[in-house]
Amino acid sequence: MMLSLEEAIEQYVVDGASVALEGFTHLIPFAAGHEIIRQRRRDLHLIRMTPDLVYDQMIGMGCARKLTFSWGGNPGVGSLYRLRDAAEQQWPHRLELDEHSHAGMAAAFCAGAARLPFGILRGYVGTDLPAHNPNIRSVSCPFTGETLAAVPAINPDVTILHAQRADLAGNVAIEGIVGAAREAALAAKTLIVTVEEIVDELPRAMNAIVLPYWVVNAVVLCHGGAYPSYAQGHYARDNAFYQNWDAIGRERASFLAWMEQHVLGTRNHGEFLAGLQQEAA
Amino acid sequence: MSDCTRDEWMAIAAARLLHDRCVCFVGIGLPSAACNLARLTHAPEIVLIYESGTIGTRPEVLPLSIGDGELAETAACVIPLPEVFSYYLQAGRVDIGFLGAAQIDRHGNLNSTVIGPYEAPTTRLPGAGGAPEIALHAKQVFVMLKASKRSFVEQLDFHSSAGYLEGYGARARSGAPGGGPRAVITDFGMLAPHPQSEELQLVALFADATVDEARAAVGWPLQVADRLDTIATPSAHELDTLRALNARTREAHARPVHIPL
Repeated sequence: MMLSLEEAIEQYVVDGASVALEGFTHLIPFAAGHEIIRQRRRDLHLIRMTPDLVYDQMIGMGCARKLTFSWGGNPGVGSLYRLRDAAEQQWPHRLELDEHSHAGMAAAFCAGAARLPFGILRGYVGTDLPAHNPNIRSVSCPFTGETLAAVPAINPDVTILHAQRADLAGNVAIEGIVGAAREAALAAKTLIVTVEEIVDELPRAMNAIVLPYWVVNAVVLCHGGAYPSYAQGHYARDNAFYQNWDAIGRERASFLAWMEQHVLGTRNHGEFLAGLQQEAA
Repeated sequence: MSDCTRDEWMAIAAARLLHDRCVCFVGIGLPSAACNLARLTHAPEIVLIYESGTIGTRPEVLPLSIGDGELAETAACVIPLPEVFSYYLQAGRVDIGFLGAAQIDRHGNLNSTVIGPYEAPTTRLPGAGGAPEIALHAKQVFVMLKASKRSFVEQLDFHSSAGYLEGYGARARSGAPGGGPRAVITDFGMLAPHPQSEELQLVALFADATVDEARAAVGWPLQVADRLDTIATPSAHELDTLRALNARTREAHARPVHIPL
């Protein structure tokens, strides 16, 4: 079903929901995150391997009560200061952490997609994470007795992805770095995909990542929807934006002023991008 | 080459540890510089894997993030992230894992999670990411970390990734498949585990560094190996290649990106 971003968030993302905006560095659904902030959703359980700037913004704007994650930094730059402020000072309120390793979280998404109760891996040996996270336990292999790490399946109420294109029927194609997008998509109860373009028919490619239309609840045309992350073949990652975020996100006041002007002060992603372009000119 | 910085010397010393055709799981920052320097000098067929799923990548410039488009565009193949960790790393197909951290202890265990108690940290760090399983499964691990009493510590605030645990074979007894941290490259030289105690000891110094400097920068009583080597001064070729790579990288990252309106 083709929806506007406003309609898709309004209809599918409710207060208290578990929500995974996936995309590993590439194709991060920023436009969707900003729309969730504009619609002032609260008490969300946010799920993402790498929270990145999009969850730093959502956490700082008070959307989240819980975060499931495996690496919470600004890639190549340093800290996510809003995530840190929530973890260190409970600002704007307490944030419950469900912290994993990448391998553990990947196993949890795979189990979720397969509708198994838990994922298994050889992992977490010699780490303190299991002592602080009851979601990391162990099982014995029924065949060999080997002890393996176990993590409960992740099945988000809603997964939101950004992709390069969908066709008119709603089939979705993704190129480039895919991260755990396919697993997060198939693990979800509801799947929303924002796309750079909608084409009559997807080019035939036997092994392209395609999410068939009948697992997709909503397709949203949203040009530039992954910016300041990127969409391979459409636009590059704005590394300077990530570097500049270090100063913007560091203090509460500068963060709130930026969000007020650029996200709450714009009606949609097009206006958000236009505002940034104006500022850069 | 007395004018090279310690950062440059670290990258060059680490690059020399990598042999051609080895399969290397790369972290961002100094490890990424070292691995690509090796590829551009003595190890042209080194296989670089970044956890974003880019395998056999040959970036022209160093990526800022672990998933820059540059890595995908120059990769032999791009695979889903769960497959990187299960079919490649866990399956034992990675020769060398390259890690950084905020803290390391005398047995090469790493903290990248918190400073202070986990529930009420004074500093919340990004967390472990891929490191716990890289540390577990890679056949060898190399660690790159600048030394200070805050980073080379007697007691970690949090154990994020396993080195030799308590030493004296504890890692092997835990069932960890990989060989653990075989080298720690830092800004005075290199540490490596003692064969019995598995305690990190000083095995090599940069030509302009001293044992006293090393001991002053390490938070436990640092032992010196029976044989203490001097790490050869960077060659002109190594230094020129690294500086050209860094210059290309700075130029690429400063290039304004078109906002996709």
